[in-house]
Amino acid sequence: MLKDITLGQFFPGNSLLHKTDARFKILILIAFLVAVIAAKSAWSFLAVVVVTAAFVALSRIPVKIVLKNLKPLIFILVFTGILNIFFYKGETLLLHWSFIKIYKEGLIYAGFMMLRLVCLVCGSFVILTYTTSPLDMTDAIEKLLSPLKALHVPVHEFAMMMTIALRFIPTLVEETDKIMCAQKARGADMESGSLLKRAKALVPILIPLFVSAFRRADELAEAMECRCYHGGEGRTRMKQMKSRFSDWAFLLLMMVFAVGVFFINGYGVRV
Amino acid sequence: MSGIEVKNVSVVYGAGTPFEKKALDNVSIDFGSDRVVGIIGHTGSGKSTLAMLLNGLNKPTEGTVLLGGEDIWARPKEISKVRFRVGLVFQYPEYQLFEETVYKDIAFGPKNMGMDEENLDRAVRNAAKFCGIEDTMLEKSPFELSGGQKRRVAIAGVAAMDPEVLVLDEPAAGLDPAGREEIIGGLLEYRKQRKSTMLIISHSMEDIARYADYIVVLDHGKVHMQGTPAEIFHDAERLFEASLDLPQVTKLFVELKKRALAEETDVYTCKEGVRRIKAIIEKRLTGEANA
Ligand SMILES: Nc1ncnc2c1ncn2[C@@H]1O[C@H](COP(=O)(O)OP(=O)(O)OP(=O)(O)O)[C@@H](O)[C@H]1O
Ligand SMILES: [Mg+2]
Repeated sequence: MLKDITLGQFFPGNSLLHKTDARFKILILIAFLVAVIAAKSAWSFLAVVVVTAAFVALSRIPVKIVLKNLKPLIFILVFTGILNIFFYKGETLLLHWSFIKIYKEGLIYAGFMMLRLVCLVCGSFVILTYTTSPLDMTDAIEKLLSPLKALHVPVHEFAMMMTIALRFIPTLVEETDKIMCAQKARGADMESGSLLKRAKALVPILIPLFVSAFRRADELAEAMECRCYHGGEGRTRMKQMKSRFSDWAFLLLMMVFAVGVFFINGYGVRV
Repeated sequence: MSGIEVKNVSVVYGAGTPFEKKALDNVSIDFGSDRVVGIIGHTGSGKSTLAMLLNGLNKPTEGTVLLGGEDIWARPKEISKVRFRVGLVFQYPEYQLFEETVYKDIAFGPKNMGMDEENLDRAVRNAAKFCGIEDTMLEKSPFELSGGQKRRVAIAGVAAMDPEVLVLDEPAAGLDPAGREEIIGGLLEYRKQRKSTMLIISHSMEDIARYADYIVVLDHGKVHMQGTPAEIFHDAERLFEASLDLPQVTKLFVELKKRALAEETDVYTCKEGVRRIKAIIEKRLTGEANA
């Protein structure tokens, strides 16, 4: 049951997005986010939607899986929509019934907001989360942030921490499963009772879990020391990140698009 | 005492995903009652999966688990009652301790059962005694104990619930020889007193040969063989097919027989081995004396 939780949700694959260097993907994502947030007119929204759809197609991730991510967002989507429809004050009154006033601008604005959210989520999932392995991601973050080393920001340590955390999520999930089973075998009841009772029932699970997490941390630290780990100084990598011409081209294209959105904003219906 | 039995059970993990795995495939075993059943099989053969079926932690994908003749899943809401009747000690149970004191940790299970104070105290002390936990240890924190001592506490925690069936998943893995003897010996004593059924999962052929009245051999999720120790270890060829081995002492007698020093190989415990060897030596001595 707990095993169904997947974090990072990387889908191994061989698409253009999978092959693009992770550092570039982060930059591409930033450009994409700028474009999505900057979009203001109908034409620019159309462009954003087309580009998002293009990304989904490029990633070769089934549309169904991408849309499944929107499920938890439905509430927020509906909420934003309703809020904007009812409270946006525009010029063209469409409906007036006692204290409810709905404006044409409000409807448009609500539509734009919802589109923006959908594009934001779908875009960032296919550009980064789905197509980048967690290890590549931390490596890329380390590389991109490395200029901060000059300011004595412990970039390497930060990235190492992230890598370790990601590595241990499945292990801890498995461990939690095991401990839960063991306590259930001793009659622990975690599924019924009041909220307080259920919170209390977590104690027999959390304590062994923490104890084992600390033990693992200790063991890992010792193992790293035994292999002469001493921080990022002079450390080389097995997998070197190499940027290719296509990575640069891809990024350039995205930057042109982001800037382009600002121009298109002048055309079409806008609020 | 009620017996436990599985009928045509199959367990599939991750059904419908690419990681689908049939851990048990149409398994039928009658474990009986008031006896010690040994379960052996190589790594990944489905032993732990079977153990978790018996107390309702796993639900069979197909088939039924019968406790005292009744399907344990007949009333899913009351599955926790089954967990009190079938005690399960997991592989490496020492990682499940959490209370402030050893006493409280052993009392966790019985308390969940709703045992009253007086019975609780008796159950805890009794289980502690059979698992070789001294009274002075009861007030200590479980986190101060050694690995072997923690194991004892965890086993006592399940034994204290006084289950009709006690399932032990590799209770002696990673313990010193004296320790394993003490723990298993104590539990057997406890079982005899209660006339309960005990299932021991183990990788040690010696332990199984020594303690079990009945043996089940699993291989790739199927019952490979089942029978008395004599029946199982007599058919060495078939045992090898499941990547298992004979007890060391049996192997010794196989070699002795090859060299025409022993006539039989039906020796499964060290005690019996010693007796036979003494007999062989005596026979040869008298033979020499006669000659
Ligand atoms: N929670 C689970 N999810 C998916 N597959 C599982 C799960 N638990 C066990 N399996 C698979 O089921 C099979 C049987 O596992 P099981 O733990 O019952 O083996 P075992 O006989 O206890 O092995 P060992 O001697 O190593 O303890 C294995 O192939 C394992 O990969
Ligand atoms: Mg196992």
